[in-house]
Amino acid sequence: MDEFFAVAQAVTLALALALIYRPLGDYMAHLYTSDSDWRIERGLYRIVGVDPRSEQSWRAYTRAVLAFSLIGALLVYALQRAQAVLPYSLGLPAIPEGLSFNTAASFVSNTNWQSYSPEVTMGYTVQLAGLAVQNFVSAAVGIAVAVALVRGFARRRSGTIGNFWVDLFRGSFRLLLPLALVSSVVLIVGGVVQNFNGFTEITTLAGTTQSLPGGPVASQEAIKELGTNGGGFFNANSAHPFENPTAWTSLFEIVLLLAIPFALPRTFGRMVGSDKQGYAILAVMATIFVGSLVALSIFEANGAGTAPELAGGAMEGKEQRFGIFGSALFGSASTLTSTGAVNSMHDSFTALGGMMPMLNMMLGEVAPGGVGSGLYGMLVLAVIAVFIAGLLVGRTPEYLGKKIGPREIKLASLYILVTPTLVLAGTALSFAIPGVREDVESISIWNPGIHGMSEVLYAFTSASNNNGSAFAGLTANTPWLNTALGVAMLLGRFVPIVLVLAIAGSLAAQDKTPATAGTLPTHRPQFVGLLIGVTVIVTALTYFPVLALGPLAEGLS
Amino acid sequence: MVTTRTTMRTHWVALRTMLIFTLVLGVAYTIVVTGIGQLALPAQANGSVIRSGDDIVGSALIGQSFTDADWEPLPEWFQSRPSAAGDGYDAGASSGSNYGPENADLIAAIEERKAQVAESNGVSPDDVPADALTASASGLDPHISPEYALLQVPRVAAERGLAEAAVRELVESRIQARDLGYLGEPTVNVLQLNLALAELEG
Repeated sequence: MDEFFAVAQAVTLALALALIYRPLGDYMAHLYTSDSDWRIERGLYRIVGVDPRSEQSWRAYTRAVLAFSLIGALLVYALQRAQAVLPYSLGLPAIPEGLSFNTAASFVSNTNWQSYSPEVTMGYTVQLAGLAVQNFVSAAVGIAVAVALVRGFARRRSGTIGNFWVDLFRGSFRLLLPLALVSSVVLIVGGVVQNFNGFTEITTLAGTTQSLPGGPVASQEAIKELGTNGGGFFNANSAHPFENPTAWTSLFEIVLLLAIPFALPRTFGRMVGSDKQGYAILAVMATIFVGSLVALSIFEANGAGTAPELAGGAMEGKEQRFGIFGSALFGSASTLTSTGAVNSMHDSFTALGGMMPMLNMMLGEVAPGGVGSGLYGMLVLAVIAVFIAGLLVGRTPEYLGKKIGPREIKLASLYILVTPTLVLAGTALSFAIPGVREDVESISIWNPGIHGMSEVLYAFTSASNNNGSAFAGLTANTPWLNTALGVAMLLGRFVPIVLVLAIAGSLAAQDKTPATAGTLPTHRPQFVGLLIGVTVIVTALTYFPVLALGPLAEGLS
Repeated sequence: MVTTRTTMRTHWVALRTMLIFTLVLGVAYTIVVTGIGQLALPAQANGSVIRSGDDIVGSALIGQSFTDADWEPLPEWFQSRPSAAGDGYDAGASSGSNYGPENADLIAAIEERKAQVAESNGVSPDDVPADALTASASGLDPHISPEYALLQVPRVAAERGLAEAAVRELVESRIQARDLGYLGEPTVNVLQLNLALAELEG
């Protein structure tokens, strides 16, 4: 019977996303190809000094992305350092340098890793003027980069791939802002708080005191999911009843965090002139998603392990209103995108259940992935897939009429090497440098033994893939982890972005080769299967050894 | 060729853009949503608080502990789930335990809770449901399972000198079905149940 409810819940989600797919995907395609600006936008472009009709080369586009992100990071850093003098700071002090750096890197890179406990660290002003703003714009940056890559496929003999500032403004103001406004009101209806009340001291029924928090939570919750950011207003994130009060708000939040990533293949199909190409990418994403969700649900429902078996179910770190399946669905959706919000504590999952979020992130977060980053990650894998298929049949690989030459393959190969390098090197260094190792083992790790290693592996996987969720027992607010994870987040975000934009530039410059009888069709089940295979094999080969040391060892021992 | 001049210009554009975004997406957006919440949905926007007379006794969404000063359970109240938020249901420190499935401290805690719940309610340890033995993700879970609520009925009725049937009826009337009939799990809100229990006596 429980299985019936689990399936019904997943089917509801699938139906909601299916309803959204076309209208949202088409709207985004229109948004990023239209030549007309709103009057107010023209005014804003004049203020910031941008000509909306001028186009940028891939290099100029990249410089704009990096400059904008740098300024954003400095602003978030400055706001935190100045917290003591900001209004609505709840009397909280300035945030120390190391933590401020980590948080700035985290929110600008769309990661939203939190080395801190928000209730006792971040006042309302930093939350709304620093963090919530990055929730919007880091998401808009991700979509802009994905759209730029799609333009690379769509255009021929073009020296330019769009205008970053226009993509950024439109993504923020015409896409994310209206969706966030509507969604935050829906969340308030469900019970998510939205006020500036601070803490309210009350006397409980049993006569003790309790200090109820307030805050502008709904506004942040909406964009945190929509932009696949994930940084909680509260420490317990979307498990906190004021962030996620009911089972239906939980499903609603899952819809929000999947809406744009799952609709972007439609946008892609529209822009390259073939809806079928979009459906093929969607099919790859959906297949991996379903497989991963089923695995996590089974692992958690089985409840293997000493503590879950003793308790009669894997309910440690789960809320009663969501139950096991509501937690598994949220956890899957959150780590298969770059969201990283949690409505249950992944650290307390069963050993193999806890491996699934890690595996989801290690896949590169492409099913469907973060807003924008999921699509460009999947398209890079598609480039690799056509290359491998080309090797098998001995033809020059092509994708959407573009020849995949040495330059594209070099860039794509570098792309898929970035995050594994960061994850594995970061984890290894945490245990290899003597001073750091002591620090990590005595201060950071919470669960002893194998599970402690998994906490560190999870942290670097999450940071490098810009997810933001954690095996949250880990104390990450230490000099080593704040620095190393901060660097991993920045490199894991911006090195791939530069590579993707370079691919976009190189594709845009090409003419289109007409399809012939020998061209590999990339909209058929055969290619869908090939792309799923490439995605899974690349990940499995890279990460199997380290997973064998962590969650696999714990789950099979 | 990228000149210092173009680099400076790009950053100047970025800075002005960031300031506009901060005003619109940070400040204005938050104020508009707060305005809508406070005007149209003040009860929810302010935390779904429950009042008794003029005093706030809690939030319908935030769990409370029903224990004495030494964190010993008060047997006359329905008990909430174990909590890892601060010393227990500290609403300023939401948190799960983050114990892994093989953590020795967690295993010991579950064993201890199992014995305690079984003894205080006069049931077999095997009949204690999982939510009674495990800390929630937030540490502020306002709910318990209907099984755990029903299991506590005889104890609460005896402690308060009430008819067991009356207390059982109260619990059954307070069971919240799954959202829309199929989302999530059935729950019982402990604070609301205990408030109703107090009125039952009065």
